[in-house]
Amino acid sequence: MSTIGYDNWAVDLANVGAVYPFQGWEVPMVIAGVIFWLGWHITQARRETQHMEDVMKMGDPEKIKKMLDRY
Amino acid sequence: MDGNLNALTTIFTEFYYWVTVVFMFLIHVGFCMYEVGASRRKNHMHTLMKNVMIIPLVTVTFFFFGWWIYWAFPMFPLFGGINFEAGAANAPWSETMSTHLGDRITGVFWAAFLLFSWTAASIVSGAVIERIRSSALWVHAVLIGSVFWIIDASWGWHYAGWMVQKLGYHDAYASGVIHAVAGGYALGVLVVLGPRIGKFAKDGTPRDIPPHNPWLVTIGIFLIYTGFWGFYAACNVPLISPEVIDGQITGTTWTATNIYLAPTTLGAITFNFLMSLSGGLMATYIVSKGDAFWTFSGGLAGIIGASAGNDLYHPIQAMFIGAIVPVIAYKLHYWVEKKFKIDDAVGAVAVHGYAGFMGVVIAGFVLWGAPSSPYADYVTINPLGQLIGAIIMFFVLGFCPAYVVSRIQAARGVLRIPPEVELQGLDFAEHHAYEDAVAEITAHHHNHLTTKS
Repeated sequence: MSTIGYDNWAVDLANVGAVYPFQGWEVPMVIAGVIFWLGWHITQARRETQHMEDVMKMGDPEKIKKMLDRY
Repeated sequence: MDGNLNALTTIFTEFYYWVTVVFMFLIHVGFCMYEVGASRRKNHMHTLMKNVMIIPLVTVTFFFFGWWIYWAFPMFPLFGGINFEAGAANAPWSETMSTHLGDRITGVFWAAFLLFSWTAASIVSGAVIERIRSSALWVHAVLIGSVFWIIDASWGWHYAGWMVQKLGYHDAYASGVIHAVAGGYALGVLVVLGPRIGKFAKDGTPRDIPPHNPWLVTIGIFLIYTGFWGFYAACNVPLISPEVIDGQITGTTWTATNIYLAPTTLGAITFNFLMSLSGGLMATYIVSKGDAFWTFSGGLAGIIGASAGNDLYHPIQAMFIGAIVPVIAYKLHYWVEKKFKIDDAVGAVAVHGYAGFMGVVIAGFVLWGAPSSPYADYVTINPLGQLIGAIIMFFVLGFCPAYVVSRIQAARGVLRIPPEVELQGLDFAEHHAYEDAVAEITAHHHNHLTTKS
């Protein structure tokens, strides 16, 4: 048994197509990939919101004044 | 080169490898930029020169004996003797290791392997910056670049290597063969070398030593990404017929192959390179909370983690493997740093060593039962063979020799720079000379102006 459908290369390559593992699972793999991608956006956006709130509280008025003069 | 097709194939192959070498040169430029960006101002010149001199030292030694090892050691010492016959054409005194109209491939193939050697040595170089003696590092550079990585390549990255035949070892784009062995080697040196002064507080808490120039680090890693394309292409044979492979493949369809002469395509590795890079960047951005240094390194670790099987993976599999591996490598880096007080200045052990190790092991599961080779009677890819292979790469050929040689260097007092020099900075003498020269020439100009007026 082989995850790619071939357990040896005694084949005519003219007759060989896909050789990746777990053929037949393309749609579930795409769904999992899309969940990963969307999950990334959600996690990143939440983290960024939290970061902004933290930074707002960190502000030392003197430091902010200096930052305004910095290009 | 009888016949037009053979001539075209030979010239195409020659040019193909030549282009990969040019691309891979950028990896070394990237490592140099990265190390200089990560080091402090007082150490720039020595940090740069330490890495630049890897180029000539590994090149000449790879010409003298590294390339010969690759061809002579596939079954040595466990399953046969040294193959002097195969080694003969690749010995430094062989006619084909020179200007020879009957062999257009050896030179470019040698160079492609050589650029891998530079990379292996450069990985070690980054981990140990700002406190190792250049002379000590350059001994290690020759050992990892022209001895230990090429032994592992002969065993596990050669169509007739014993690891491929007996273990079913599969490592198409060198997760273990380059990255795990170099990461393991770096760890072996670091354990003996010790941390930079001030890296750890008295209670053992690690202190951050931030890169002096994160933008240079960025340029460096993007150059490494760019050079990595050449690295991937160089791991393939671009065009070969079943007749020349002389294995089990039937028919007359020509193909690109991996280093084991098993079929793949340049298109497949292009998909998988980009998807594993993306998985690594996305996951490490999240786990490191947007830290630029780790996000870039995580992209690299993503590629490295998927590299063992990127000739066969589906792109989404490459993406997930590329996402999972760097997260674990990142966590391991900080755990090892805190637990064992290891100061890896650029995270090389994690990005290359741990990621490469995991990449090899994961390929054993995802590609379980797939043929490791087009030749009959080779063991197929399997988890146990991959685990043993990863241990051989990281520990046997990486960590252990580095540890032993470093202990010898430390005992002789030639491994580490004196603490006074470390605090003043490695470039102190050069800076002093620079300031004196500036003062002298400025004084002369003032004097010249006064005399004229």
